[in-house]
Amino acid sequence: MSSRRASSGGTGQRMGNMGPYSERVRDFDWSVAEADLGYTEGDTINIGAYCTDRICAQGLGDKVAMYWRNSEGKEKAYTFDQLRLGTNTYAQFLKGLGIGVRDRVCVFMDRIPDLYIAFLGILKLGAIAQPLFSAFGPESLVTRLKDAGTVAVLTTMRHVRKVRRILGELPALKHVVVVDAVEGKLKEGETAFDLEGAEAVEQFEVYPAVKETPSVLHYTSGTTGPPKGALHVHGSLVQQHVTAKWVLDLGPDDVYWCTADPGWVTGTSYGIIGAWSNGVTQVIYDGGFSSAAWYELIERYRISVWYSAPTAIRLLMRDGTVAAKRHNLSSLRHLVSVGEPLNAEAVVWSKEAYGLAFHDSYWQTETGSILISNYPGMEIRPGSMGKAFPGITAGVLDLRTLEPIAEPGRVGLIAIRPYWPSIMRTYWNNTATYYGKFHKNWYITGDRASIDAEGYFWFVGRDDDVINTGGHLVGPFEIESALLEHEAVAESAAVGKPDVVNMEVVKAFVTLKQGYEPGDELELAIMNFVRKRLSPLAMPQEIEFVESLPKTRSGKILRRVLRAQEWGEPIGDISTLEDDED
Amino acid sequence: MAEELKDVVLEYVKNEYLEEDDDEEIGYDTPLISGGIVDSFSMVSLKVFLEKKCNIEIPNAKATPEAFDTVNKIVELAKEIGGE
Repeated sequence: MSSRRASSGGTGQRMGNMGPYSERVRDFDWSVAEADLGYTEGDTINIGAYCTDRICAQGLGDKVAMYWRNSEGKEKAYTFDQLRLGTNTYAQFLKGLGIGVRDRVCVFMDRIPDLYIAFLGILKLGAIAQPLFSAFGPESLVTRLKDAGTVAVLTTMRHVRKVRRILGELPALKHVVVVDAVEGKLKEGETAFDLEGAEAVEQFEVYPAVKETPSVLHYTSGTTGPPKGALHVHGSLVQQHVTAKWVLDLGPDDVYWCTADPGWVTGTSYGIIGAWSNGVTQVIYDGGFSSAAWYELIERYRISVWYSAPTAIRLLMRDGTVAAKRHNLSSLRHLVSVGEPLNAEAVVWSKEAYGLAFHDSYWQTETGSILISNYPGMEIRPGSMGKAFPGITAGVLDLRTLEPIAEPGRVGLIAIRPYWPSIMRTYWNNTATYYGKFHKNWYITGDRASIDAEGYFWFVGRDDDVINTGGHLVGPFEIESALLEHEAVAESAAVGKPDVVNMEVVKAFVTLKQGYEPGDELELAIMNFVRKRLSPLAMPQEIEFVESLPKTRSGKILRRVLRAQEWGEPIGDISTLEDDED
Repeated sequence: MAEELKDVVLEYVKNEYLEEDDDEEIGYDTPLISGGIVDSFSMVSLKVFLEKKCNIEIPNAKATPEAFDTVNKIVELAKEIGGE
């Protein structure tokens, strides 16, 4: 197992794969990353093949690619050669169904091995992989499948029921494939596929993708309108590969665990692509949160690099260092966090509990890869997001003029100079919104931060109404639309309210239709209504019944007044807010 | 009383967290959170259910994924905080 255990957690002085940050920044060019990947301009670059066939060709076919374990203790292990064969087999099966280049294929499963293998098989075929979070309810599902014009959904017996309910709304959907079908339980038109029972495909003609060939479609929430599909390309691999190597510091001896679900971008960029393009063994855990189960996993597989989220870290903190000390976690050598700002207390606590500091990293669904981070060879400032990755020009812009701010400590909008290899290429069916993300040759992230005199970024918050709960962005529009479908709800507004564990949770303000009275039973019924329709993340954790909602003169609900109220911020001059806004 | 609460909680979990045609068997000791039946976000509706429908006020510090992991553990927690 890894012998590179960090000598210092607090200062992060151990030089990792990246080497000294100051040197890397000075002369970095993306060709450095391409060379590391073995890519030269003009080559084909299919992510599916780079993560499997290429690793086998390096003589690592017998190396374990994936240790899988579920909450019941069931385990499996797959070598890179088995991964190669499995992805070939999936690709061939999908091809046999008539699925072709650029067709959208959704993977809608819990974290079972098929999810990971099918994902890369779809990419080998040249189709576009559309992973969706398995906890999504039918309404969240239909919004995303309809927009994408998805032609096939790969799912399991547990989740196929949700797909069945929305079939009538999905004219483009031709195939529903169940990968763990039980005899006699499939409905007409559904197809069973059993990877273990299928004849392994030794050779598959991988689609000759180039950098700009579409690869993955990830949906993300915005303030207005339904979720948008950020379309990524095979060329994103260049950045995912090098950031996995330099930021996560993955090396040949590591056993890596990314706790993110592949329904979200971290779970694909770093829970599949970045790790396997580096030929690294990773652990997949298909189970819910429990500090005991998590620590047992680290101990059992001797996990050395751990990529997790502040919400999970805060949950672990609740169980204290004592819970951590009950286990032998000495295999850990590098810890990285993503999804929400990592508070200084969590960094300090992780040093106490594990002898290592969590390194914060910052990026978005749209950016495809890490942009700003704390690096192994750089001093960590607890509470800071770190510095821009080599090759990335990042700044903060004045909130009003959108001009770069030179003054240290002044808060502005985080902006990145386009283009970098993994940036999304468009929003599916929504190019106008995509172009709206750019201004004066900057990509505007929608997040606020300041930069100190040494170039460290300090996160402040979102610049819009999007709710970041447990590291997942939830759009108020989608929640409000679901609330309005409840028979008792007349009007609704969803905002984020502070939460010690999840940073923010959803709170809904609701006015009721005539004949309905506020009460505990109704509150619980509405909460569960939204949970089942959308997802647990979108469920309001509190509902406040109100007589009326603050609005502009033309009737637009002013969420930010409600949000300010929840965060104890000044509401400002309501009389001016009542004028219509853009 | 504890037996009655156990059944009420189990019934709620079955009704709210399992699909109508789900044939998954769950009992008093089935892992709910670590088993992936109830996630940590959905746990809040379970907490609200206990508070509002069963009159058991659970302090946030005690509402941990571990304490809510099985019906039996939830009932133990209710007893511990004197909510019975």
